[in-house]
Amino acid sequence: MTTADSSKDLNQISDSASGFDSNLAGRYQQDKIFRIAALIATLAGLVVLGFLVFDILVDGLGRLLQNFPSFINSFPSRSADRAGVLSALVGSILLLIITALAAFPLGVGTGIFLQEFGGDSWFSKFVEVNIGNLAAVPSIIYGLLGLTVFVDLLFNVTGGRSVVSAGLTLALLILPVIIVATREAMKAVPDSLRLAGFALGSTRWQVIWEHVLPLALPGILTGTILALSRAIGETAPLIVIGAATFVPFLPTNLKDSFTALPIQIFNWTSRPQAAFHANAAAAIIVLMVLLLTMNAGAIFLRNKFQSER
Amino acid sequence: MFTNPQYGIFVLISATLLTSVVALLVAVPLGLMAAIFLSEYASRQVRGWLKPILEILAGVPTVVFGYFALLAVTPILRLFVPGLQTFNGLSAGLILGFAILPTIASLSEDAIYAVPQSLRQGAYALGATKRETITNVVLRAGLSGIVASIILGVARAVGETMIVTLAAGQNPTLTLDPRVPIATMTAFMVQVSGGDVAVGTIKYKSLFAVGMTLFLITLVLNIFSFWFVRRFQEKYE
Repeated sequence: MTTADSSKDLNQISDSASGFDSNLAGRYQQDKIFRIAALIATLAGLVVLGFLVFDILVDGLGRLLQNFPSFINSFPSRSADRAGVLSALVGSILLLIITALAAFPLGVGTGIFLQEFGGDSWFSKFVEVNIGNLAAVPSIIYGLLGLTVFVDLLFNVTGGRSVVSAGLTLALLILPVIIVATREAMKAVPDSLRLAGFALGSTRWQVIWEHVLPLALPGILTGTILALSRAIGETAPLIVIGAATFVPFLPTNLKDSFTALPIQIFNWTSRPQAAFHANAAAAIIVLMVLLLTMNAGAIFLRNKFQSER
Repeated sequence: MFTNPQYGIFVLISATLLTSVVALLVAVPLGLMAAIFLSEYASRQVRGWLKPILEILAGVPTVVFGYFALLAVTPILRLFVPGLQTFNGLSAGLILGFAILPTIASLSEDAIYAVPQSLRQGAYALGATKRETITNVVLRAGLSGIVASIILGVARAVGETMIVTLAAGQNPTLTLDPRVPIATMTAFMVQVSGGDVAVGTIKYKSLFAVGMTLFLITLVLNIFSFWFVRRFQEKYE
């Protein structure tokens, strides 16, 4: 008997004698449907993203390019076609700088401590669990924290509803992300490097500063840039802290009141006139260009890092 | 605001519940199926293209999603849904779903990807087809991670602010009708802080009361998700 015959026999046995219906054709049909459904589900997100980008370009590109660059270098105005995003753009960039200056040293420092010094002590475990919890706290709650701590308690230092209060609040918001990115980047540095350093008589700090950190730095920077690009798109905490919606001047010091791109977008979107909606779309394009530039920087760093290793 | 002397957070919680349920109806099936496609079906190359695009979707600022929901999605939905108002829970919930989809998709994908290959091969050896292997073996083995990703998605939907503020309105109504304006907890907080809030007034205190409720809800969800993972995680060598 050939193998083909025997398998045929087996099929007959299992199909008829045991009452088992293998129905392979039908099951493969189900497989096909399932596969197509999974593909459609994946594409749904992309279609929505594509439609979103298309819609915003259609709504806003005309307004952005109309006597370019007047939209970029004008202050907000009560008439929609004279309004611009200058104070919002400068506010966003100022926030970016303050947030980076505050969050980067704190986040990287915490990451280094937890990864290299913390060990298994109850303290580092406690901090670790709470960093996990912090990352899931809604951003608007950070706004409340900023309102209490920076705007009220530290009024004399921050000047109340000021650009520095907002920057520090955003720094708290992205701190968990930077800490996790730092730890991941340092975890990826092989232990043999540390051991080699110790074998040559380096102190723990010398090993970290001269060997581990330089290797981990691209990963840390990538994580930081991605976190900052999240901060720059945040709206809710800024509203709670009390960003102004109409700022026809540039901030001259850190205690000035401020506005930011997302606040300006929110304000223009919630007005009923269509002309302001076009302004909102144009401001979204400016924000997205800023975000894309930052993300491209992060991807560039990641690729450079990967090709060098 | 505050002309009605009857205070209570229930109306805000019900609105948050409504938008979150709509969002989950979108995000759970789509996110889970996308995760299955990315880890089980897509070739390495396709995966390399699709994942970054999903990450871009995750990186879109929520105020942009709010603009999109209010000014692009609602007008389209009005063609199909009779009685849909300018501000409504339906379009806010739908777009909220797409905003949390990347969270659910990418965390579930990690969970599905971590299921050892030997389990799949075992299922194939027993004569299961690919779909049977995925639904009966892989999804069950990765269940703890998948549930954790969904809970995190819920926490994000509950705490999400700008989409619901812009698209669902700021009008507290006790209703389960997704076509009318409602005010979620987060939208209420935005509305209250929009004006100047004087310290110590009842406005100021209600802002913090709502914030505390929101914080407790997300904290409980987060703790539950940690507990669930630790309790039901399958350990393979």
